[in-house]
Amino acid sequence: MFIRVLIQTVVLALAQIWANKVRAMLTTLGIIIAVAAVIIIVGAMTGLKTFVLDQFATFGANKVWVFPRMPPNMRDRYSFRQLRLTTAQIDGIAQFSPSLERITPVMMLNTTVQFGDRVRPGVPVQGVRPSWHEIEQRFALKGRPLAPLDEEERRQVCLVNDKAIDELGLDADPTGDFLLLDGRRFLIVGVVETKAVSPMFGGNEAQSELIIPFRTGEMMRPEPRMFAIATTRSPELFADAKVEIGTYLRRVRHLKPDEPDTFGVEAIEQVIEQFKKVAGAITVGAGAVVGISLLVGGIGIMNIMLVSVSERTREIGLRKAVGARPGVILIQFLVEAVVLCLVGAGVGLLLGNGAVLAMRMAKDSPLEAAQTPMWAIVVSAAFAAATGVIFGMFPAIKAARLNPIDALRHE
Amino acid sequence: MVAPQHPLIIRIADLHKVYRIGAEKVHALRGMSLEIRRNEFVAIMGASGSGKSTLLNVLGCLDQPTRGVYELAGRPTHRMSVGELSGVRNDLIGFVFQSFELLPRATALKNVQLPLIYSRRYWVGTGARARRALERVGLADRMKHRPNQLSGGQRQRVAIARALVNEPAIILADEPTGNLDSKTGDEIIGLFRQLHAEGQTIIMVTHEEDIAGNAGRIIRLRDGVVMSDHPTEEDPTHQDYVRRALETAQRDAGRAAPGAAP
Ligand SMILES: Nc1ncnc2c1ncn2[C@@H]1O[C@H](COP(=O)(O)OP(=O)(O)OP(=O)(O)O)[C@@H](O)[C@H]1O
Ligand SMILES: [Mg+2]
Repeated sequence: MFIRVLIQTVVLALAQIWANKVRAMLTTLGIIIAVAAVIIIVGAMTGLKTFVLDQFATFGANKVWVFPRMPPNMRDRYSFRQLRLTTAQIDGIAQFSPSLERITPVMMLNTTVQFGDRVRPGVPVQGVRPSWHEIEQRFALKGRPLAPLDEEERRQVCLVNDKAIDELGLDADPTGDFLLLDGRRFLIVGVVETKAVSPMFGGNEAQSELIIPFRTGEMMRPEPRMFAIATTRSPELFADAKVEIGTYLRRVRHLKPDEPDTFGVEAIEQVIEQFKKVAGAITVGAGAVVGISLLVGGIGIMNIMLVSVSERTREIGLRKAVGARPGVILIQFLVEAVVLCLVGAGVGLLLGNGAVLAMRMAKDSPLEAAQTPMWAIVVSAAFAAATGVIFGMFPAIKAARLNPIDALRHE
Repeated sequence: MVAPQHPLIIRIADLHKVYRIGAEKVHALRGMSLEIRRNEFVAIMGASGSGKSTLLNVLGCLDQPTRGVYELAGRPTHRMSVGELSGVRNDLIGFVFQSFELLPRATALKNVQLPLIYSRRYWVGTGARARRALERVGLADRMKHRPNQLSGGQRQRVAIARALVNEPAIILADEPTGNLDSKTGDEIIGLFRQLHAEGQTIIMVTHEEDIAGNAGRIIRLRDGVVMSDHPTEEDPTHQDYVRRALETAQRDAGRAAPGAAP
């Protein structure tokens, strides 16, 4: 009986709403606005988040630095030998930290560079592995990037940037030319872009750079000082990566639980955290708007349901006269309120999704990735239904309590 | 005596109904006692305000007596909860109202189906059952019509079909012809007679003697008590009415043919 009554009630409620389209539209305006607002804000935030994180990613949102660091006030406790990061440790990190995507050691050495009759002392040279290109997002503009064979065979090859071409007076396309680094002959195999990193992310004035294979660098400076740069599989994984790296390094460095870290693991995490806080605040603000809209919408629903109960008192009386129990009447009016709210939510969803689509389609939109996640749809529909139940309850109880004969005599 | 072989269907004893309007009390039923048997066709008469509707509403479990006993088919309804009373209304009672009380937006068929929706007895075939009820009242060709597409008499037939659809123990009708012209009213009464002939118990409130004449028993109320209770052919007031109606008819017949005088 229950299912039958429920189906009949839903059909009846829909018919009721259809018969009073305009009225239903106006009374569910609050619900419509609330749901549309949820969808628009969540959709926009999704797009904005993707946009900003993409932006970060180009600057290294998922980039992690691992470097030796003397714990404060412990200068005499640890030798530089103990602090030193080794390739063995870096390879260990690569194995031990599943959150990392790529890692490369970086050694910095200053060399005297000679090209023709030009001699430049103190030019910074970085020794890196080929994965450096991906990690730094700096690819070969001309020529080729560093290759695994360069690394394996300790080839004396190098990459230069534009600034180095300027300062050393190289050809516009210097690939194939040779440079002398500390007296060794290096073949220029490619040109890498000079990345203008904004000061916010720790960048500085572009300067001459020379990039050589790491093992070639080791040949020139045995036991060099080095740090590592790595990328995580996604920006959110930084915390995991930090734990994994820390655990591994503490173990291989035999640090006791009460000893501080002798290394550092950093990322541009703070900036991301900042952004997440702002996004969170916007979402909370949106929540307040939605809450108020739902309240207003709920009062509208309650009002229309009270009107409906008094308009249809005779109908209620008749239903009771032919045997409808109070519970059935209660459910009928609750279902009507819920259906009304859900119809409002449906309209809101359509409007909201339309707006989100517009955001995405708009020319040069920064919100190209705007979309409505499933949870937003489910949550807003659930809230709308809950509004129907809460605000429909009082009118429904009123209807259910009516005495059949009093209801029939109504008018 | 009316059909003494039939079992009791209604027994009320010392029934009181007091309406309260603020501090004022209206004593609509003042200790009424009655017994009605299965397959009776009873007319309830009385002056306006004598308590006919009040009695019928109590019999139909639409209203609760203030005090007293009301047993329907052996079940003491005065002790029942609201939910149980709903069940009794659904299972045992078919109520026919003066103003039909059809759902305006529903078709005749849907209107007749309404009690079945709330029924715990009938789960399947409610459509067929409703259709059969409409056929019984002669509306086989009006099932898909809405009330505003039907005449008054047809609307009342739909209402009667709705009262019949659950195969109730009793049909209660409060002035079922009160909103109809006399010809249509006669058709409705004809329908009641037919149902009665098929074994249905019917209790009907009416103001009109000639309508009451169709019933087998006339109960007259005055100020909330039973004033008289006779089989129709023994009811003095009714017999008086019949005699006078006959005389009037004869006089009219005489007047209608003046040339035929001796
Ligand atoms: N809901 C009510 N509240 C207060 N008094 C009522 C109510 N219903 C009926 N009464 C009173 O109870 C008495 C009996 O009313 P009831 O409706 O039973 O009379 P009735 O015999 O059906 O009259 P009628 O022939 O006019 O329909 C009347 O005095 C009426 O005023
Ligand atoms: Mg009355």
